[in-house]
Amino acid sequence: MRSHHLTALVVDDDTMVRMIHQRMLNSVGVENEAVQNGKEAIDIHHSGQTFDLILMDIDMPVMNGIEATKKLRSMGIHSIIAGVSARTIDENTQEFIEAGLDAYLEKPLNISKITSIIHKINKL
Amino acid sequence: MDVMVQLQRQLFDYTASLFHEGFLDEQFNQLQQLQDESNPDFVVEVVTLFFEDAERLLNELTNALSQENIDFRRLDAHVHQLKGSSSSIGAQRIHTVCISFRNSCEEQNVEGCLKSLQQVKHEYSTVKSKLETLFKVRRSGPFLVRVLICNIEMTYGETDFGCRGVSVLGSVI
Repeated sequence: MRSHHLTALVVDDDTMVRMIHQRMLNSVGVENEAVQNGKEAIDIHHSGQTFDLILMDIDMPVMNGIEATKKLRSMGIHSIIAGVSARTIDENTQEFIEAGLDAYLEKPLNISKITSIIHKINKL
Repeated sequence: MDVMVQLQRQLFDYTASLFHEGFLDEQFNQLQQLQDESNPDFVVEVVTLFFEDAERLLNELTNALSQENIDFRRLDAHVHQLKGSSSSIGAQRIHTVCISFRNSCEEQNVEGCLKSLQQVKHEYSTVKSKLETLFKVRRSGPFLVRVLICNIEMTYGETDFGCRGVSVLGSVI
């Protein structure tokens, strides 16, 4: 599928994960950028950039995904924020969801999971 | 040419064996599907990053388990990272060992952790070797054939490449 003009931000401290997620987004036509932690995600929004989709890792140095998600929502950012983590969805991820996620995706991501999120955005 | 077809078949069979024996899972296929002319080295680049990350984590785990007072929470954090990154490239066996490793961390079972560390090091070493072989063959396959054919012709003169070419190729690989 092609996703014309959609944009995404990959937020993950792992270089390999950023590379994979960016390549997956590229393969479905989503323009994207990547940052290494929650603070950089906040900073890029302060610079004026916005994104249709944010893939947010949970465990990151400087600022984790929970804090970054709360901050982005308090800034009025209405992007689809999908939490992305190797943790299975359970009570430990509840705080992440309550921070303002629209979706939770368990790593590893694949094209199918990316596509389902894109469909969600396109339905809006 | 017969030799090329045989080489391609051997490569296909070797790759398939990595899946059948549980070294790799579907996630590796996902990475391969993301590779194209615009990103011809994508899989190698990703796997190289994984090797670097895994070796760092294995060193951290070894150090953590050599301490007098083991910090199981820190140990678990490292195993969690290794579990995540191994699943990202489809290194299934490593991922599986990490699951039991995490259980041992949760139970603060030192013996269990030491055993798991040994297992994960073994699985890592094995899959690394197999992937390096795979990448080497993919990269140099066509060149290998040309070199071998030249060598065979120089040594034996014009010859039937059907069987001899394959057996020589097999030993080189």
